[in-house]
Amino acid sequence: MIRFIARRLLSLALTLLIASVIIFLALEVVPGDPASVMLGVNAQADTVAALKEELGLNVAKPVRYLNWVTGMLTGDFGISYTYRTPVRDMIADRMVISFPLALYALLLSTLIAFPAGIIAATKRGAVADLSVMGTTQLGIAIPNFWFAMILVSLFAIKLQWFSAGGFPGWEAGFGAGIKALTLPAIALALPQASILARVMRSSLLDTLGEDFIRTARAKGLTARQALWHHALRNALIPVLTIIGLQFSFLLAGAIIVENVFYLPGLGRLIFQGITQRDLIVVESVVMLLVFAVVMVTFLVDIAYAAVDPRLRRRM
Amino acid sequence: MFRRFSAVLFGLTISAMAISGGAQAAQTDITIGMQLEPPNLDPTAGAAAAIDEVVYANVFEGLTRFGSDGSVKPALAESWEISDDGLTYTFKLQSGITFHDGSEFNAEDVKFSLDRSRAENSTNAQKQLFDSIDTIEVTDPETVVITLSAPNGALLFNLAWGDAIVMSPDTFDMAKTAPVGTGPFKFSRWVQGDRIELEKNPDYWGTAAKLDKVTFKFISEPTAAFAALMAGDVDAFPVYPAPENLAQFEADPRFSVVVGSTEGETILSTNNKQAPFDNKQVRQAVAHAINRQEIIDGAMFGYGTPIGTHFAPHHPAYKDFTADSAYDVEKAKALLKEAGFENGFKTTLKLPPPSYARRGGEIIAAQLRQIGIEAEISNLEWAQWLEQVFRGKDFGLTIVSHTEPMDIGIYAKPDYYFQYDNKDFQQLISDLALETDEERRTAMLQQAQEVIAGDYVNGYLFQLAKTGVANAKIEGLWENSPTQANDMTEVFWND
Repeated sequence: MIRFIARRLLSLALTLLIASVIIFLALEVVPGDPASVMLGVNAQADTVAALKEELGLNVAKPVRYLNWVTGMLTGDFGISYTYRTPVRDMIADRMVISFPLALYALLLSTLIAFPAGIIAATKRGAVADLSVMGTTQLGIAIPNFWFAMILVSLFAIKLQWFSAGGFPGWEAGFGAGIKALTLPAIALALPQASILARVMRSSLLDTLGEDFIRTARAKGLTARQALWHHALRNALIPVLTIIGLQFSFLLAGAIIVENVFYLPGLGRLIFQGITQRDLIVVESVVMLLVFAVVMVTFLVDIAYAAVDPRLRRRM
Repeated sequence: MFRRFSAVLFGLTISAMAISGGAQAAQTDITIGMQLEPPNLDPTAGAAAAIDEVVYANVFEGLTRFGSDGSVKPALAESWEISDDGLTYTFKLQSGITFHDGSEFNAEDVKFSLDRSRAENSTNAQKQLFDSIDTIEVTDPETVVITLSAPNGALLFNLAWGDAIVMSPDTFDMAKTAPVGTGPFKFSRWVQGDRIELEKNPDYWGTAAKLDKVTFKFISEPTAAFAALMAGDVDAFPVYPAPENLAQFEADPRFSVVVGSTEGETILSTNNKQAPFDNKQVRQAVAHAINRQEIIDGAMFGYGTPIGTHFAPHHPAYKDFTADSAYDVEKAKALLKEAGFENGFKTTLKLPPPSYARRGGEIIAAQLRQIGIEAEISNLEWAQWLEQVFRGKDFGLTIVSHTEPMDIGIYAKPDYYFQYDNKDFQQLISDLALETDEERRTAMLQQAQEVIAGDYVNGYLFQLAKTGVANAKIEGLWENSPTQANDMTEVFWND
């Protein structure tokens, strides 16, 4: 097991290294430099040169790359070109929105998907199953930004129960923070719940057809007992994989929903960073997201191996 | 188990709803929506309009300032005297002014700020404003003498820009994130990505602000801006990004729609050095192929004033030259034929992100097709546009709104991206800089307008309108936009 973990750690480090090179190179070839963007159309050439010098943009690229990577290892992500504040602080500010939002959406999605998936699987072919399958088909097909706008026009404009967007900050109280994240979380959760419910259903159906369920029923358990004590636990493995993937997706993929609700999260930070050519911010946030995805995968791998010793050799 | 889950969910929703609903007292705070967030709050260190839209006249002031009608008014300078040769300006400062941190304002601060902006290593985006200044001297704590190397009729105008505001040498390095100025509002806090809050400065030297608190909220999505206004999260959107919704707001008694003018001349910018646009007949043909009204109606939903030269129609010196480039397809075809392009030609049309460019570009491409010009559209981000078009000069045509006030002088720079090189015009503009007599200045400005209209340097399309939406109870917002600012001093709730 220790050798297995060591091997996985090594490949994790390599993945991160390669990712950092790709991210840096990809963003360095993007046309446009932050100094020109900041100074606009009337700036004189010497002014742009002075600002480039001040921002440290004249340093050679390999040196900039090394500074960036070694800085990140010590937790120093550099200084944003446009905002002139430490990137680490900016990320931390955005993280307190994006992380709870992803968690909230994941929670909602799981709360919807589990009952829906279980009902659909146990009532296979019945009205309940068909309506779950139909609704989830719709949930996957609806783009989440469009769903977000529908939520806004209903709950914010018509009923005025919620704000149309924005975030008051956690210092305004936990309730106020959660309230501001509710509509975005629902918008994000719907497609995820639909996918998860379908995975839950098919996984449970597979398990219910296995021999050990028949054995369980044969020894006198009711269908319900067999489901709770034997089937569900076994059906959960693929479901957990999907949940792990969904979490990284929700953390990184909320850009559009964050824009619809004008939430100052990580997605919007990336979006602003790209338009202003604040490359160091974009590079660092993307790197952080890569790190999150890789870590989740790593933990899922470890969890599998712990559960199922056969996997240790295969990976 | 299910019951417990759903109980948790229900509880969450209920607790979330319970928090809604707020107090309804006489309002002294306001939330202003803006599409772009400023990158920093130092107007002397960046060209972003959003910086001035938050701090100009609210937090920071200069020697002079713009009024809502675009006139130049005294600000930190109470009065001034100009020597007969036009070279020496003696500014008498207001007395008893303090910065927001309590420190005293005096003439040394003026000298420091202006010297910093015109210094060799300055990163001021409008450094050219200070070009004519030779020395700045402090004769006593309330008097500053600016000596010019040559007379400059535009000096007082230049000093009114946000890029010429006055900061203290002790706090200037904080301006990017926590500005300290002399204005009627103090900076209170900035939640990056979300909002900036200002509060009333109780010790303001001039007429005190009527509001206690101003919040600027940043909403980039036009649909989100609409929702925020409708839901009452934002009280006013002075530069509302989606003209297609304006009719809906106009029909709603809760809102008032304010249509004013800006300093933005929107033009079909033409690369005067790239063939075939180096041929005046070709440029003239393009000008006659353009149907301005169709562009204003189609791209701007009817908001905008046609222009025939690079000058703001609301300016007293404006002359209407739209007839010289009236929409006339036959004439345009004839001109192209004369120029040797009977079968038309291909060119590029590079469009920056604003909707006037993207929507206008589609319409112009269709109009040019009528006379055989195939304009291949490419959509660029601002950073790409600056790199390829503005610095690289790699374009045939582009659409952009030149939002700086009184910027006809850019036609005198042969290196400027549209590369118009006319020695007579350059002479005219340098003569204009030296002229201080108002009447002669007006005549010269009109001559300048005529020259660039007659040379068909660019396709002059329309003056960008400022379309704002505000709660009907709000009074005192600027209708026009002589500079990109949201002066909140006079704003109040009338309920």
